[in-house]
Amino acid sequence: MVTPVIQVQDLSKSFGDNSVLRRVSMDVATGETVVIIGASGSGKTTFLRCLNRLEEPGAGTIRLDGNPMVNSGSEKLIADQRSQFGFVFQRFNLFPHFSALDNVAIGPEKVRGMSKSDARALAAAELKRVHMSDHVMKRPVQLSGGQQQRVAIARALAMKPRVMLFDEPTSALDPELVQEVLDVMKELANGGMTMVVVTHEMNFAREVADRVIYMENGRIAEEGPPEILFREPKSPGAQRFLRHLNHE
Amino acid sequence: MTIDWGIIFKSIPLLGHGVVVTLQVSALASVLGLMLGVVLGLCSLSHSRALRWIVAGYVDFIRGTPLLIQIFLVFFALPALGVRFDEFWAGVVALSLNSAAFVAEVVRGGVGSIERGQSEAATAIGMRHRQILIYILLPQAYRQMVPPLTNELISLVKNSSLLSVISVYELTRAGQAIISVHFVPFEIYTLLAVYYYVLIKVLSWLSGRLERRLPTW
Repeated sequence: MVTPVIQVQDLSKSFGDNSVLRRVSMDVATGETVVIIGASGSGKTTFLRCLNRLEEPGAGTIRLDGNPMVNSGSEKLIADQRSQFGFVFQRFNLFPHFSALDNVAIGPEKVRGMSKSDARALAAAELKRVHMSDHVMKRPVQLSGGQQQRVAIARALAMKPRVMLFDEPTSALDPELVQEVLDVMKELANGGMTMVVVTHEMNFAREVADRVIYMENGRIAEEGPPEILFREPKSPGAQRFLRHLNHE
Repeated sequence: MTIDWGIIFKSIPLLGHGVVVTLQVSALASVLGLMLGVVLGLCSLSHSRALRWIVAGYVDFIRGTPLLIQIFLVFFALPALGVRFDEFWAGVVALSLNSAAFVAEVVRGGVGSIERGQSEAATAIGMRHRQILIYILLPQAYRQMVPPLTNELISLVKNSSLLSVISVYELTRAGQAIISVHFVPFEIYTLLAVYYYVLIKVLSWLSGRLERRLPTW
């Protein structure tokens, strides 16, 4: 049997007395697109942030390609491990003092040790992949939200990650800019990228997800292929959640 | 009371040499203080508790003691430990050490004010803490740091007059030399005030221009 890219077992996390994740376990297979849905506060963002250790997991194990992720050791080891995950933030978090090109090139150059020219060549290729070739020299402030998010996706891709993690990538965008970002994500998924996406875009989930996970109170309450989970959700929570969305 | 205009006209060029030394001391001390201060500021943001503690102690000492005492320490006390400078370099060192503490605080505050998402994004692509400080946070903090840094430069120029006590022949000392020969304190101290005032005005005009050219993003 092929080892899943990510294996999460009994992942728990609390902030003070507030228990945000309660023994979450899941696997993600190579090339799979998993969409996580759920009300705000259900733990989906924290789950994603624990995967690349932007949050320190409280308990449980996370394996990448079968190897447990360490939670101690040299800073370099942890940073290397983290760079196996591409992370896309809700608010893009581009580096405002760099051009689009340098936003993408800085990782390959400083983390992977590529020469500046090689890093820029790679960055140009990744920007092309997200259809941003016309804007390589622009600063983030000169770009629309959708364009900024596509640069942020290219920045993550340039690290050649094993998995891409998306944390509500379209939630901070004006409605008319959402589709261009979703289109890029769809192309990535169709290209075989392994992705875990936290989103409220149910159409995207329906079209692109191989599996949808519904989270509630820090637990996985229900999961399944989108055509089944959306049509006949079994848990009362998922039924309520989806009914609310449909009425929006 | 009569004003001795003759001595004023004679003194104007004589004080020129003092102005040059004041500018030399200030320029050297501000560059050295800036370099040391940036390093100290970054150390105070490091993950090493020992480094942070050392910098905090240093800043606390500099802020808690008079500059005049710091000058005496460098000029009179350090030689006892085998570190000897002439007056000029003792002055430069004392002002640099003093200025570095303030620069370190400006750097710490400026870098600390950068939004958290920036270091998270850099962390997510695998950058290490030191790389994030140098390539991501410090350049963005530049904008907030320039106004307090130019203020610090202006204080430094004014503080350099204290170096007259260890006989650095800067502007104030040059004026005192004239006073001791001709006994004209009113004319010369007034003239010194005007000299400093003009120097500071020029500096604040220059820093105003610099601040207007700061990058906006």
